[in-house]
Amino acid sequence: MTSRYEVHEHDVLIIGAGGAGLRAAIEALSQGVRVGIVCKSLLGKAHTVMAEGGIAAAMANVDTSDDWRAHFRDTMRGGKFLNNWRMAQLHAQEAPERVRELEQWGALFDRTEDGNILQRAFGGHTFKRLCHVGDRTGLEMIRTLQDRGVHLGIDVYMECTITRLLKDGNRVAGAFGYWREQGRFVVFRAKSVVICTGGIGKAWKITSNSWEYTGDGMALAYEAGADLMDMEFVQFHPTGMVWPPGVQGILVTEAVRGEGGILRNKNGERFMERYDPKKLELSTRDVVARSIYTEVRENRGTEHGGAYLDISHKPADYVKRKLPSMYHQFLELADVDITREPMEVGPTCHYMMGGIRVDAETAQTSIPGLFAAGEAAVGLHGANRLGGNSLSDLLVFGRRAGLAAAEHARGTETPTIDYSHIDESVQQMLAPFERLDGEGPYAIHSDLQTTMQGLVGIFRCEEDLRRALSEIETLKERAARVHVEGSRLFNPGWHLVWDLHSMLTIAEAVTRSALARRESRGAHSRIDYPALDDAWGKKHNVVVRNAGTMTLVEAPVLEMPDDLKQLLAEDSGAK
Amino acid sequence: MAEVPFAEATLQIFRGNREDGKTVDYRVPLVPGMVVLDALHWVQSHQAPDLAVRWNCKAGKCGSCSAEVNGRPRLTCKTRMDSLPLDQPITIFPMKAFPVIKDLVTDVSWNFSVNRKIPPFQPRAGVVWKMDQRDVDRVQEFRKCIECFLCQNVCHVLRDHGKQEQFGGPRFFVRTASLEMHPLDGVSRAHVLKEELGIGLCNITKCCTEVCPEDIHITDNAIIPLKERVVDEFYDPLLRLVRKIRSAKKI
Repeated sequence: MTSRYEVHEHDVLIIGAGGAGLRAAIEALSQGVRVGIVCKSLLGKAHTVMAEGGIAAAMANVDTSDDWRAHFRDTMRGGKFLNNWRMAQLHAQEAPERVRELEQWGALFDRTEDGNILQRAFGGHTFKRLCHVGDRTGLEMIRTLQDRGVHLGIDVYMECTITRLLKDGNRVAGAFGYWREQGRFVVFRAKSVVICTGGIGKAWKITSNSWEYTGDGMALAYEAGADLMDMEFVQFHPTGMVWPPGVQGILVTEAVRGEGGILRNKNGERFMERYDPKKLELSTRDVVARSIYTEVRENRGTEHGGAYLDISHKPADYVKRKLPSMYHQFLELADVDITREPMEVGPTCHYMMGGIRVDAETAQTSIPGLFAAGEAAVGLHGANRLGGNSLSDLLVFGRRAGLAAAEHARGTETPTIDYSHIDESVQQMLAPFERLDGEGPYAIHSDLQTTMQGLVGIFRCEEDLRRALSEIETLKERAARVHVEGSRLFNPGWHLVWDLHSMLTIAEAVTRSALARRESRGAHSRIDYPALDDAWGKKHNVVVRNAGTMTLVEAPVLEMPDDLKQLLAEDSGAK
Repeated sequence: MAEVPFAEATLQIFRGNREDGKTVDYRVPLVPGMVVLDALHWVQSHQAPDLAVRWNCKAGKCGSCSAEVNGRPRLTCKTRMDSLPLDQPITIFPMKAFPVIKDLVTDVSWNFSVNRKIPPFQPRAGVVWKMDQRDVDRVQEFRKCIECFLCQNVCHVLRDHGKQEQFGGPRFFVRTASLEMHPLDGVSRAHVLKEELGIGLCNITKCCTEVCPEDIHITDNAIIPLKERVVDEFYDPLLRLVRKIRSAKKI
């Protein structure tokens, strides 16, 4: 049987080579264990490369009053207190050291006058806190981590998709997948597995996310028996491109607002004065996204259904230096010169606050040996993520996951793999070629995107969510009969079949959780329950697989120690 | 946005693999602002579900979707359909300098093996982590590189002469420059440049600079200064001696 696939062995297997995966790999390697990292794309193309604005870390290089306490407080407030307080604390405390480490590995950040790392303002952050490289911070970060990892000696398996986690009894034993290039199957045997696969934006039509963002890791963990949590909290970034049609959803960095960009409606009104007079454009993303959406819905939107975002009052040289990729993006794709005229922007599906439930200290899931970090994991961001907290999340919890995964591997015997599970997976993967009728996967994917965009978007209600659930059910039936043309050699149609399976699973988890939470909090806005509800503020929705069926259970929000409660009660000392 | 004078365009796409291939024509409806990658996706979802294309961000930030459009190496996500002559078929071929895997997807793994030869950043001993923006600016130009490998694709040392064994190519001179000119780096890569990356083979035709979607001045700002370093290190005995004595700070 083994002739049908190759087998690789590692102490720690990391799935996903974005910021979290690479940081986990570097940490695990430094513990002296054998590390393999699998990614769906080529190395260095993961979604982190698209992060623009910066890394939030209370280094106090620009605003000297900043410290971890202020960062903790901003993160908890931004997340509407649904965050795992311990993760928010660890994150705020450790982020500055993680940034310094990047610099010591060769990353080159923009500088202050006195030669330190420069920090910029961002939504929801009380102080100037985002360490950045113009508007291409993510590229700098991934290149630095990638080269560090490669030179330390990680084994990288590029263009490989994992479709199943393997278990030995209750603990993790490895993973099964296929090479995208040749279509051959591959088995990884590992004592620890770390999931760093990012989010699920591709289930929506208008998204800033790339094709890779199909919720794979969350679906893998769920199917292996781990818990998902807070899945109703999907972040719509307030500013994506809206015109021309082909570029719809492409991200317009929050750094435009951080650098002084102003939002106006078609009447020239600075509408954020009505929604958040204090923070204006630098309010949290959930608030700004809802504000733009509301302006458009009430017929004050721009020609193509967005808002104007204007930075042209700043000197042209400054705009080109601080926002170079925005300048080129608009000039080349939309014929708009942002140094002279406003951009048209509107909300775009951007980030998943929910994800795989993990322990704050070790990033371990409920399955021994299975870890998760970054966007795939849940906890740090609560009901709404602050801009810049994602890159720091990747570094802080990527490192913690890598460390704990290496420790777990050192204290564990090599697991045994049940080859009957592999045979089952092989059959499952080949079935779409063997069906003679059935439709292709592209139309099903497109219909899923329409459903999620229309019914599980920024504003939600019971009727829409119920309809979405029934549509997802129909889509699942269609997906079960999907047919694929061609061979297994680099076949995107075939690749989409499994991605679609993951997207449908996670889309259902999002919809069920959104239906259950009868309140509005952070990124989850119910028009039928428009207010915060204190009772809901004390609990999470947890999604578990129960006898093959998706089930929701409630779990209490962790109680915070008194000193941190005290911290939150204090005024932030805002400017 | 300019009005599109045609309702449809014809894409003439290379379909095939390592052994064999031919072009196939596909008709694609045009929408305003459409880029070539959008058109390829349309073909994928409506006509050829197994058409192999690499892409990720669709925003010019990841460098995955390189191909040769009407004979010109481009990022397909940044090539607007309305910038091409639409009264004739638009030809789309994979990058020529790399072996084809399938359709527009090529085997670029060689690049990753070249990168491993370059000694990583290593700070000078006792360094203070302060830098001037001016010094950083110079290096950030190189660090804008999105690894689309278009410069590798057009470099005649690789494309026409196939010297992959002896030569690193423009991408990795840019990479080396980003390390060599890092204000706090303490390693010399002159030996690697000369012996392993074969920088002497480059005869400064600037083809790489012309195709760079990030507008990096590859030849003037990276390759020429690196060539000078190699000359200083290997062919100027006096300078070499002075350097050795002073273990001088790098420029």
